Amino acid sequence: MFPRPIEKSSAGTQTAYKIALPVALIIWLLPLIAVMVTSIRSAGDINSGNYWGWPTSFNLVENYTAIFTNSPLGQFIWNSLKVTIPTIILTLTLSCLAGYALAVYKFRLNLTLFFIFIAGNFVPFQILMVPVRDLSVSTGLYDTVTGLVLFHAAFQAGFCTLFMRNFIRALPFELIESARIEGVSEWRIFWHLVLPLVKPAIAALAVLEFTFIWNDYFWATVLVNGQHAMPITAGLKSLNGQWISQWHLISAGSILAALPPVAMFFLMQKHFIAGLTLGATKG
Amino acid sequence: MTTFFKRASIAALIAAGSMTAASAAELVINFDGTDPAPKEAFQMVIDKFEEAHPDIDVKWNLFDHEGYKTSIRNFLTADAPDVAAWYAGNRMAPFVEAGLFEAIDDVWEDNGLNESMASTAGSLTIDGKKWGVPYTYYQWGIYYRADIFKENGIDVPTTWEEFLAACATLKEAGITPITIGTKYLWTAAGVFDYLNLRQNGYHFHNDLTSGKVSYTDSRTQATFDRWEELVRPGYFIENHAGMSWQEALAPMVQGKAAMYVMGNFAVAPLREAGLTDDQLGFMQFPSINPDIAMAEEAPTDTFHIPSNAKNKEDAKKFLAFLTSKEIQGEVNKILGQLPAHKDAEVADDKFIEAGFEMLANAKGVAQFYDRDAPAEMAKAGMEGFQEFMIKPDRRDAILKRLDKVQAKVYKDK
Amino acid sequence: MTDVSHTATGMPPAQRSWYRRNRLAVTPWLFLAPAILFFTVYVILPIFQSIWISFYEWDGLGEKVWVGTANYVELMDDDRFYTSLKNNVIWLVLYMLAVPAGLFIALFLNQTVTGIRLYKSLFFFPFVISQVVVGLVFAWFYDPSNGILALIYSIWDGKPPAILSDERYVTYGIIAAGLWPQIAYCMILFLTGLNNVSPDQIEAGRLDGAKGWRMLWHVVLPQLRPATFIAVVVTVIGALRSFDLVSIMTQGGPYGSSNVLAYYMFETALSEYGYRMGYGAAIAVILFLIMMVYISFFLWRMYVQEKRGG
Repeated sequence: MFPRPIEKSSAGTQTAYKIALPVALIIWLLPLIAVMVTSIRSAGDINSGNYWGWPTSFNLVENYTAIFTNSPLGQFIWNSLKVTIPTIILTLTLSCLAGYALAVYKFRLNLTLFFIFIAGNFVPFQILMVPVRDLSVSTGLYDTVTGLVLFHAAFQAGFCTLFMRNFIRALPFELIESARIEGVSEWRIFWHLVLPLVKPAIAALAVLEFTFIWNDYFWATVLVNGQHAMPITAGLKSLNGQWISQWHLISAGSILAALPPVAMFFLMQKHFIAGLTLGATKG
Repeated sequence: MTTFFKRASIAALIAAGSMTAASAAELVINFDGTDPAPKEAFQMVIDKFEEAHPDIDVKWNLFDHEGYKTSIRNFLTADAPDVAAWYAGNRMAPFVEAGLFEAIDDVWEDNGLNESMASTAGSLTIDGKKWGVPYTYYQWGIYYRADIFKENGIDVPTTWEEFLAACATLKEAGITPITIGTKYLWTAAGVFDYLNLRQNGYHFHNDLTSGKVSYTDSRTQATFDRWEELVRPGYFIENHAGMSWQEALAPMVQGKAAMYVMGNFAVAPLREAGLTDDQLGFMQFPSINPDIAMAEEAPTDTFHIPSNAKNKEDAKKFLAFLTSKEIQGEVNKILGQLPAHKDAEVADDKFIEAGFEMLANAKGVAQFYDRDAPAEMAKAGMEGFQEFMIKPDRRDAILKRLDKVQAKVYKDK
Repeated sequence: MTDVSHTATGMPPAQRSWYRRNRLAVTPWLFLAPAILFFTVYVILPIFQSIWISFYEWDGLGEKVWVGTANYVELMDDDRFYTSLKNNVIWLVLYMLAVPAGLFIALFLNQTVTGIRLYKSLFFFPFVISQVVVGLVFAWFYDPSNGILALIYSIWDGKPPAILSDERYVTYGIIAAGLWPQIAYCMILFLTGLNNVSPDQIEAGRLDGAKGWRMLWHVVLPQLRPATFIAVVVTVIGALRSFDLVSIMTQGGPYGSSNVLAYYMFETALSEYGYRMGYGAAIAVILFLIMMVYISFFLWRMYVQEKRGG
């Protein structure tokens, strides 16, 4: 085991390690594997209690078609996309601007503001719940996709600003300095000089935020109640109330709900981890 | 605070067009029946309604049964439909008091409902006004496996002693006498209500749910004594706190349990799961105290027009349509329940007929614990019932706690 | 991170034009304005409004009635509140297991064999999945009639415990479900940390004869301090935000025994039988104060870091 590299161990240890890896992985992912297998079982298997044995038939197409035709799952997924993507765009816009300001300018309230953004990021949702719901109701944003987007964008701006500010501060300040001396306007410095340099940070935040927003359940419960705006997390919960004991359908729905963030993670793995581990390597 | 939020700067944040404006001809109905029977019944009503009123376009929002109870508070204030399903009795009181339901005496007046729905009129009246229309009601009682009773030589019990004896026989035969799923709590209230109605009668039920007698009162204690006679020997199914009412049907279908204290809506899923009418029986909850007149539990389900509705005119048309004699008969036939309209045809079905007969002779009809008691009391009470069914030893502590909640809840009223 | 001076140094102030001075003072606020506006409306003000509402009795529909500290007084005498608080403590303590468990898996995976990258990302999977899905899956696993527990117990004909409907086990059952993604999270933090462990120091440690546990404890762990810190912070926050799983798996039941403050607040203020916004707000304020302890700690550390120069 670490810190000794495995290739310096005996051949026996190496083989043992190579066997242990997949075994550990299967145990670790057992819940997921079970759900995947269940999602292609037939209703007959479920009713006869064959949850863990070999499926008597493979109903991949039937089950996944069924959840789309018998339930508003497609609508839920579409709603989730309608919430997630605009939120990412909006929150990244807010935090690029704010992060830049906090990283590059020196003014009295700089650190205070920065800390408020960080602190806001950690507050429990419950302390915001009643007023935010109230605000949404009184402005007609309750039970709309827009209402969710605005709240998420505002709340996530805390974390994203923290991230952006630290990223921009790590850039060589001389670049900005010399641009200023040449008389380039502040906005053009931000737009033409800094923004291209923070693309990796934008990518990292985008994937990370995708997961956060997609998986949000609390606000989907508090700010939405109709199917027309309900994201997949809250939708899955309400379908669970209908699909009593129909675990093959619940499993298939769960897999679909999990798929987009998983795909996102796999496609953008490097960015994802870069985003997540911010701060874990320094300080 | 609201004015605070209405500052111009905030308004700028809000994207225009986020609110959906309903056109005059659109009628939005929120309904909580995702189970097959209610879904089918209302699809039928809506199809026929659209046929009769081609100019009205019905938009139907379906909610799952448990989730709806939370959602309604939200949508009534924020995004009200034109018609919303709900329940009669104290359960609608908070919405009436908050001015969220519209008084619809005119609907009652214009359609002769005062006469045809006289029996349920009282449960929809607050401050002398009508706040909704009933569309169905259903009896509660004990559904049992007639074939299992027969195999074990059990006759339908009519007294408490016979009932206990039947439970003992079943238990001995390795069959769970009573199945129940208390995960969502209200099923336990059904058992409590019947024990209480039989032990202390209809007026006591009303006194308790309106806070006039305490939970530690000797009469309430007597109800719990009876309950203990079922809980201590293990006559209820194990792990009931982990099951919804639907999940608890399975043991009965599989023949592992013999009885279920339930409403008549349980018949449809039981039949669908394969039980024939020969296997499934219905009995009135047995008498406990012969001096107490038999009152029954028969909750009424209702429709209301929210005050914030956009299309009240068509909503009234819909309520009139729904409460007409013909539709009442048809919709309740599919639901497997009793029509609220007195002249409507009662379905030719043994459970509905049994219920109809039982209720016709009932000395008082209770709505349900959680519809007669205020919400906060109901929540604490039902949690207490569930806890008692699992930990009967804590009875004293539970009842004292309920007294505490009672003192608080009714003081605010 | 290097410390850079962020003023336009090298230029004596007197030589700067008024516009230029003004520009540097005003521009940051222009850049900050949108974020500040959003953050104020949706995060900062609601905190104060919640505190304010906690002094009222309000059903969310009618008029608010000022009751002073009555909600807090009632909380002090509320068994449900203490049950929730106790469960929050259990969550906090047991959730911390995610930190050593994550470290263990990270150490296990920190090798260079073929395919290890794929292994690492597959191990990370649970974190990416919604807690709703995690909750549904574990609720099914625990089902005493057809879950995996039932399967395991059936091997020796045993009767599985009804985890989610037994007050003795229910909180632990939910925490176990929560640990699954949380361990994955900690693991990835440690894996990244391990990437940055200096090989020189390992070598130096080895020359000093450090091996196994001693090496881990004296050489590796000190270098993982930043990762450990973040892992502890996110785990504490995760434990206090335990809303999703409780809502999905038990809704606080049986009879409130698996409640936590986050869910109890929601249940009180916005659920089927509860619409006491003021009382709910009071619970939220307590939760907020608990969280503030950690937030302050985190900010203080950040502050020290900033003063040290990043």
